[in-house]
Amino acid sequence: MSGRVLVGVKRVIDYAVKIRVKPDNTGVVTDGVKHSMNPFCEIAVEEAVKLKEKKLIKEVVAVSCGPQQSQETIRTALAMGADRGIHVDVSGKDYENLGPLQVSKILAALAKQEDAQLILLGKQAIDDDCNQTGQMTAALLDWPQGTFASEVSLEGDKINLVREIDGGLEHIKINTPAVITADLRLNTPRYATLPNIMKAKKKKIVTVKPADLGVDVTSRLEVLKVEEPPQRQAGRV
Amino acid sequence: MFPASRYSCQAHRCARLLQKIKTEHATPQLYTALHRRACSTVSTPRITTHYTIHPRDKDPRWEGVEMERFADEADVVIVGGGPAGLAAAIRLKQLANKHEKELRVCLVEKAPQIGAHTLSGACLEPSALTELIPDWKERGAPLNTPVTEDVFSILTEKYRIPVPILPGLPMQNHGNYIVRMGNLVRWLGEQAEELGVELYPGYAAAEVLFHEDGSVKGIATNDVGIAKDGSPKDIFERGMELHAKVTLFGEGCHGHLAKQLYNKFNLRENCEPQTYAIGLKELWMIDEKKWRPGRVEHSVGWPLDRNTYGGSFLYHLNEGEPLVALGFVVGLDYTNPYLSPFREFQRWKHHPFVAPTLEGGQRIAYGARALNEGGCQSIPKLTFPGGLLIGCSPGFMNVPKIKGTHTAMKSGMLAAEAIFPKLTAETLDSETAGLHVPEYAENLKNSWVWKELYAVRNIRPSFHNYFGLYGGMIYTGIFYWIFRGKEPWTLKHCGTDANQLKPAKECTPIEYPKPDGKISFDLLSSVALSGTNHEGDQPPHLTLKDDSIPVARNLGIYDGPEQRFCPAGVYEYVPLDTGNGMRLQINAQNCVHCKTCDIKDPSQNINWVVPEGGGGPAYNGM
Repeated sequence: MSGRVLVGVKRVIDYAVKIRVKPDNTGVVTDGVKHSMNPFCEIAVEEAVKLKEKKLIKEVVAVSCGPQQSQETIRTALAMGADRGIHVDVSGKDYENLGPLQVSKILAALAKQEDAQLILLGKQAIDDDCNQTGQMTAALLDWPQGTFASEVSLEGDKINLVREIDGGLEHIKINTPAVITADLRLNTPRYATLPNIMKAKKKKIVTVKPADLGVDVTSRLEVLKVEEPPQRQAGRV
Repeated sequence: MFPASRYSCQAHRCARLLQKIKTEHATPQLYTALHRRACSTVSTPRITTHYTIHPRDKDPRWEGVEMERFADEADVVIVGGGPAGLAAAIRLKQLANKHEKELRVCLVEKAPQIGAHTLSGACLEPSALTELIPDWKERGAPLNTPVTEDVFSILTEKYRIPVPILPGLPMQNHGNYIVRMGNLVRWLGEQAEELGVELYPGYAAAEVLFHEDGSVKGIATNDVGIAKDGSPKDIFERGMELHAKVTLFGEGCHGHLAKQLYNKFNLRENCEPQTYAIGLKELWMIDEKKWRPGRVEHSVGWPLDRNTYGGSFLYHLNEGEPLVALGFVVGLDYTNPYLSPFREFQRWKHHPFVAPTLEGGQRIAYGARALNEGGCQSIPKLTFPGGLLIGCSPGFMNVPKIKGTHTAMKSGMLAAEAIFPKLTAETLDSETAGLHVPEYAENLKNSWVWKELYAVRNIRPSFHNYFGLYGGMIYTGIFYWIFRGKEPWTLKHCGTDANQLKPAKECTPIEYPKPDGKISFDLLSSVALSGTNHEGDQPPHLTLKDDSIPVARNLGIYDGPEQRFCPAGVYEYVPLDTGNGMRLQINAQNCVHCKTCDIKDPSQNINWVVPEGGGGPAYNGM
């Protein structure tokens, strides 16, 4: 199986930062806060790059939906070994309301546009913990899906997958084209080293708007209120 | 995370070696790499695994590992993306554009984004910024809060003695701005990028490179993928070399590369040792009714005694929300090993003059950093073949004003202006492969930076008298306010901060109140607020030259002062698993890169080196 792999990467608040709710309870503070690539997306990028190094696929395209700063996340993916990037520009209110349904519609449209053979995503994002984008994308494209993958191997035009599920490990074989979502133990992502960051500056990132892909990003969900979790009470024995 | 096979073959090697070595206890911390220290007759568990203490060329685990580094050339490399480094970068590019020359300027910064490791009060004197970027206001520099009120107090346990701020006193702030320094640094970074500076946040300069003639060739960034025990992981990759005609070192207070350069080039032979203070800071969202934007409050006195230098600051910012920046500074020449700067800060907040402002508010950020207090007596030689020192690294802070940013920026600008003609000259006029630019030091001596520092040079040392704080204030009143610092003598400091600690048995432990969780807090929840984190599986970057000294000397004589002066809880003395005796546990992941341990360790055994780039605090506008 050769061809193009789309890898979705999401820019999220870094996992070590203490989250603070905005005083107006409409969301969390993101201004100036340290952001980084979602850890599961890093694992997905690493898997895609590994497949390219084994010469099983030809090109890795990193995709991110978000404001201008998402390009930094795409650059990190390029530094890890992706070939080019697509930045789907969504900002302001649209970005605050961007959820898995809209992202999966965008990814489905891009997969058709780029003639992708494989879509690799992280199993979930650490900011919303939705765990829906991979599954929805597969459904929209009517492709097989291998979620929570902890081992991926390509066999001709089929993929052997080991999935981490509640009962243990499940071995499945799916056809391509397919959507795979990465779980923690799939691999250990490489560092984006400085020489690679410098080289990544020369790789192309194309910016598109959701409308160009024929996707409407209006949300069907409305956030009513965001609150801090209740304070932990002291334990009592 | 370790592959099981690697551990078992290490274990075999360890077993064979242990048969030859006499050890009393094989604790779990006894790592398997060979070294004489691991087999001392005193059973000290192995703490330090960093390659700067245990070189890799003698380490069998590193045999056959590719150590070649990728190298790239720039005209100028700047280490450190703070006010000094960015001012130098911006000035260089401004000159290059004005004279239509091509100049490749690369800046490396260990923080994951520019501004994430920046911490300062801060009351900024905009003089240097206006010299650098005259239209800073139009360009949106985040100087939003002009100072409107200036209050100075001497605190006692229950009361406050107001001190009038007469014009001419160093702590007068008319014309200055209260800023969130992290945001200003981030803005400077954006200006630099617009001018074409190559900024590389997330990459730490770990090593200085030298030409054969001994001049500085550039720097190498940190290696990645070394495991906690010092062995290479599968994802190990060497850092990158950045070569330059001249390298500027702007690492901030007590930089680790600067420490090496002082030794290599003997830069400190004609100056006094640098003296420092630790500054702890918090940001609070307070009740709107208590908010007085533009108000600046400083205090001295309680809770410190008159012989411990230090004081507090509390600034009301005006950026659309009721935010205050407050903090506490303690001079690191304190003598009582039981003193905890963090706990002094927490108990100061309960003072009747301070607590009302904070009641009903919420703490949203915490951080700490060392700052230099040596003034012009402690400034080292600033230039050496191939490099220059700028900013708080050599140390240009005006101590009584508690401002160092304007002088740091000016030093960066002067460095750029001195380097530029030499870089772009028709023939490279230099005896050494790395450019030597002594003009920078001369220009600095002739600038307002030196005049300013010279006028206040005696204020900080004047605190070393029986009356401590009060003697110092009287001295300042007479010799600075009246005589403008023109007295013909220059007072000396007392020696290094590390040597000032008295043995624990000569001092009384201090009873600190328990944090109440509303105004004062415990250490660990504060550290969590700094957002600090490091890749866990890497050698601790707080390296000890000798692993046995902490228990033998620091704990034995001084009762482990590092447990108290570290603002992040990195150092803990915990009982040995065997029950008898203690060992030092280093929680390197908590480190906020303040450098206090490297400064204050009475045994000078702790050597702070830079961890993997991108690690450390995640300050947001601190």
